[in-house]
Amino acid sequence: MDFNYTDEQNALRDTLARFIAKDYGFEQRRSLAKSEEGFSRDHWKQFAELGLLALPFPEAHGGLGGNAIDTMLVMDAFGRGLVLEPYLTTVIVAGSLVREAGSDAQKEDILPAVAGGERLLALAHYEPNGRYRVSRVDTAAKPKGEGWVLSGAKGVVLGGGAADTLLVTARSSHEPRDEDGISLFLVDRRAKGVSVRSYMTQDGGRAADIRFDEVELGPEALLGNLGAALPDLERTLDYGRAALCAEAVGIMTALNEATLEYLKTRKQFGQPIGRFQALQHRMVDMVIATEQARSMATLAAVKADAPNAAERRRALSAAKAYVGQQARFVGQQAVQLHGGMGVVDELNVSHYFKRLTMINATFGDADHHLGLFSDMLLAA
Amino acid sequence: MDLNYTPEEQVFRAEVRKFVTAGLPADISAKVKGGKRLAKDDFVRWQKILHEKGWGATMWPTKFGGTGWSAVQQHIFEEECAEAGAPLQLPFGLKMVAPVIMAFGSKGQQDYFLPRIVDGTDWWCQGYSEPGSGSDLASLKTKAERKGDHYIVNGQKTWNTLGQHADWIFCLVRTSSEGRQQEGISFLLIDMKTPGITVRPIIMNDGEHEINEVWFEDVKVPTQNLVGEENKGWTYAKFLLGHERTGIAGVGRSKAALHHLKDIARNELSYDKPLMEDARFRDRIAQVEMELMALEITNMRVLSAEKEKKGGHAIGPEASILKIKGSEIQQTIAELQMQALGHYALPWLPEALDPAWQGEPVGADYAAPLSGHYFNYRKTTIYGGSNEIQKNIIAQMILGL
Repeated sequence: MDFNYTDEQNALRDTLARFIAKDYGFEQRRSLAKSEEGFSRDHWKQFAELGLLALPFPEAHGGLGGNAIDTMLVMDAFGRGLVLEPYLTTVIVAGSLVREAGSDAQKEDILPAVAGGERLLALAHYEPNGRYRVSRVDTAAKPKGEGWVLSGAKGVVLGGGAADTLLVTARSSHEPRDEDGISLFLVDRRAKGVSVRSYMTQDGGRAADIRFDEVELGPEALLGNLGAALPDLERTLDYGRAALCAEAVGIMTALNEATLEYLKTRKQFGQPIGRFQALQHRMVDMVIATEQARSMATLAAVKADAPNAAERRRALSAAKAYVGQQARFVGQQAVQLHGGMGVVDELNVSHYFKRLTMINATFGDADHHLGLFSDMLLAA
Repeated sequence: MDLNYTPEEQVFRAEVRKFVTAGLPADISAKVKGGKRLAKDDFVRWQKILHEKGWGATMWPTKFGGTGWSAVQQHIFEEECAEAGAPLQLPFGLKMVAPVIMAFGSKGQQDYFLPRIVDGTDWWCQGYSEPGSGSDLASLKTKAERKGDHYIVNGQKTWNTLGQHADWIFCLVRTSSEGRQQEGISFLLIDMKTPGITVRPIIMNDGEHEINEVWFEDVKVPTQNLVGEENKGWTYAKFLLGHERTGIAGVGRSKAALHHLKDIARNELSYDKPLMEDARFRDRIAQVEMELMALEITNMRVLSAEKEKKGGHAIGPEASILKIKGSEIQQTIAELQMQALGHYALPWLPEALDPAWQGEPVGADYAAPLSGHYFNYRKTTIYGGSNEIQKNIIAQMILGL
């Protein structure tokens, strides 16, 4: 075991911290959230220049060959800054899926373009009626000639409106809830038959509900093996979960800093409210929750790369559940300790709180993953 | 940053496991695993076995005979000992008085006491709390008056753990009433055989004799048994608390307890199926397991960072985090173990805790100690500085509130 970051990782942290401090002030971020696309193409270019967009990809395809600890550091910093750019969806989730499942030709086509900031991706997987069940896929892919015809609907596709290429799961065989028979297809967001309804999310991000009406795909659209997408999909979602855990910890750290500062400066009854023991102990509970969550987020990052799927799944469900619980506590208490200021739009606290809350609802919430983790105890 | 064990650490674990499996007497591990009453000799025998291996005081600095292990190695050792059913190495000598003697004691004190601690010769107990001085420890009243080459000690200590077996007690005593109350405290080492010392049992809520009151009536203590300087005892007392809290997370022992809980839940039946298959109960096991997974990493993060920072083995206020979470987890597991028994949480058979008892168990053979253990373990959030005091420490020392 080793609890230190490498020199390169420390340099990365410094770079990220400088970027957040300089380019991601609260007011800058607020206006960005209200803009047409909801994020900045200039920032995205900067990410490409900094190498962030190439981080988890193999060197053979223009990447830097980083691991999940590297992307954890990025997401932690992005949490502190409440970064709006679609890094999670393009690089960590969809990018990793191309890396895991793609042919050499597909990787060469897509990954360098992502790393260079020229192409945005999104994973279109969860469906309106499936809630968090990963194997629930109703969207159908029917063979036609050499290729396929895609029909169905996907719900709350993160970054779906801005994506150039959608990675769409569809059922090429078996029944809607079966683990077998799920395939992945690369679909041009602007292709005929694709209709995208994009909207703002509670946390200032963007997502979309997407319909596929008889979308015709060539044979080259298939990503990975026919009917066998689930293992790669699960691994990729676990990368996403690890990233969300890291982002949540970044946010919790920032919220604790803000709350501690508030306790020291806000005066009532002639003294800083941080003198009151009830509030001191609450603050301590928030700090402990954050440190425990940081430990679990680190475990999530390390185990996301684990070759053994059962070991990885167990750790990632535990982490997503646990971090979700701690994030809920820290978010709610940060609001509470800020009093009325905690519930207004003009202070960053409410924005941090909303993002934490939406992180919990993404890729399976705390109850869902507690259930999965608990069920795995039966096998252990 | 890598939370996977290195090949070297895996080899180390195998070495520890091999030694503990072979070296730990079967009768002792049977008692520990079965929740039976442990005798003084059980603790002492295990300490002597560890000492012969050179592992009697793994956490000590190497110059005093410690191992110089990393935080991860220390963790592996504790985990393997707990899983094998080794008795806890009691902290009073090893982790409490020894670091104080190393840092502030005379050469003579170091040469005499330290070897006798590590080889199991001397059993130490603690004389800190008093009836009127719990969390507000500095208000203590036990008085030591200097008379020539000795002190005369009068007063009463309480919440003294296992002092009925002790050869020595380390005591905080008042040597001055001048100035702030913290400034009149001294740290004395007292031979328990000295005339005037009376040990009276306090029976705990599990019916067991674990703790005592210790009375001092004109007890003569040679001045050479003063540690460091007179009236500087409060400094040493605080130093001691920093060391007591190493290992306070109790991760290894909680992992073993969690393991036991799962075995119980697989064995107990509810609606004709193993209790483990009841999702409502299983989720509570899952919840505490997640807490423990997080604490295991937090524990090693904190200890590794502290080791690098100070090069020593004392830990700062971050240890309070470990104490709070560690004690909460211990209590939760104990509670679930009891709850898993259903109605069989009710029978109280203190005789069943006697290792020599041959009677027929009531309920499952693991049932007898569990409710008492739950009641007893409410102590964990109270002792060693209550969890509320730990929160005060974090608020002041880390957060600056």
